[in-house]
Amino acid sequence: MSSAPVKAYLDILSQPSRAVLIFLRHNRIPHTVQTVALRRGEQKSAEFTRLNPMQKVPVIEHGGFVLTESDAILKYLATVYDVPEHWYPREPLQRARVDEYTAWHHSNTRPHAARVFFMEVLMPSMLGRPADPAKLQKAVDELEQTMQKLGEMFLKRQAFLCGDDISIADLLAICEIMQPLGGGRDILKNHPNLQSWRSRVQAALGEPFIEAHGILYRLRDKTAARL
Amino acid sequence: MVLEIYLDLFSQPCRSVYIFAKKNGVPFEYKSVSLLAGEQYGEEFGKINVLRKAPAIRDGDFCLAESVAIMTYLAEKYKTPDHWFPADLQKRAQVNEYLSWQHSAMRPHGSKIFWLKLMIPRVMGTEVPKEKMDAALEDLDGTLKLFEEKFLQDRPFIVGDQISLADLVAIVEIMQPVGAGLDVFETRPKLSAWRDRVRDAIGAELFDEAHQGILSSQESAKSMDSSKLQHFKARILKKFL
Repeated sequence: MSSAPVKAYLDILSQPSRAVLIFLRHNRIPHTVQTVALRRGEQKSAEFTRLNPMQKVPVIEHGGFVLTESDAILKYLATVYDVPEHWYPREPLQRARVDEYTAWHHSNTRPHAARVFFMEVLMPSMLGRPADPAKLQKAVDELEQTMQKLGEMFLKRQAFLCGDDISIADLLAICEIMQPLGGGRDILKNHPNLQSWRSRVQAALGEPFIEAHGILYRLRDKTAARL
Repeated sequence: MVLEIYLDLFSQPCRSVYIFAKKNGVPFEYKSVSLLAGEQYGEEFGKINVLRKAPAIRDGDFCLAESVAIMTYLAEKYKTPDHWFPADLQKRAQVNEYLSWQHSAMRPHGSKIFWLKLMIPRVMGTEVPKEKMDAALEDLDGTLKLFEEKFLQDRPFIVGDQISLADLVAIVEIMQPVGAGLDVFETRPKLSAWRDRVRDAIGAELFDEAHQGILSSQESAKSMDSSKLQHFKARILKKFL
């Protein structure tokens, strides 16, 4: 296996990019970061498109091996590097629980949280007018239900989404859940159990979490100042 | 106690789990859940999966949902041939890459065609507006292009020379719009050739058996009692209209 550092192509405003960056930093995996500024359309450059025809971030390159999709990247890194096992357990039943979440994440946590952020922050910024209130409310309601399901199906009475210890499931989820904060919205307002979980995740991730999410706090303050 | 697999073969992820389990000789009890009849809302099934989605398995005390998680769990437990979910780190990562991407691409875009073309007219009694249909067709077209360009390229299968979970998950999703009467293979020779290889690798008999229901859904839609399908109405309004 290559001992070359990981080259990570990221935009810190992208939720899955943050998850990969936090993982790299928290686990002290040797890496370099190449920023791909989505707001400036850098993902559409000829060079980046050659690297990833999907024109999405994050992407990693490791000794010539190119990989996209944050959960595939996290599972690869967790296996290649000597990280604590709780990130992606080897025991089959525990691993199945993490795989169950990372699958469900794609059709639930990710699109529903991203949609609220898109409508509240990105769309107004691009179009110069606020989103349709009825459509926004529909997106907010859907996200509310998804948070409910997150608690019922995954967190339940556990400390973390897939068991007693933090895993890549929590990392992926938290980055999505933080995103609407950029528009000043705390989507866990009605979910005290998830709020406790969020605190535990933040505590476990430490400094890399705070650094990575600084951009959202600044965005929130900018949004608030504009209103 | 034998492994229970809860399935409805109209559902794409149910088909992939079914094919995988049968192909690999996994001993299991087939538990039918008719999604059309709303059986996923029954009390028993709620104990298997609180979110009431199929496929789901019950292995002793262990219940699991999400087809991808189920198949990788079964691959490990029953030590299926390596090519399904390779031990090689890079190959495995490439399988995971496809399984991840498809959730927001092949799956919703293929599924949508099935709903817009077949289910919604049956449940709601009206055809879907042309712009909506055209937009959905465009999305699927774009996805299939990306699939050929990035995931297939010049390879026989998505990851190298042999079939893997990636191909299996891909084919069942692509067959869904076919079931609704949209022959996506007609104008795509590369995709067709891949489909033939996948069908061969799975075994034509098993492949055809698993897809019998979906491929005859245009016929069965005609005889479907729309009053029994009304439990889909809320979801349709929320999701598609």
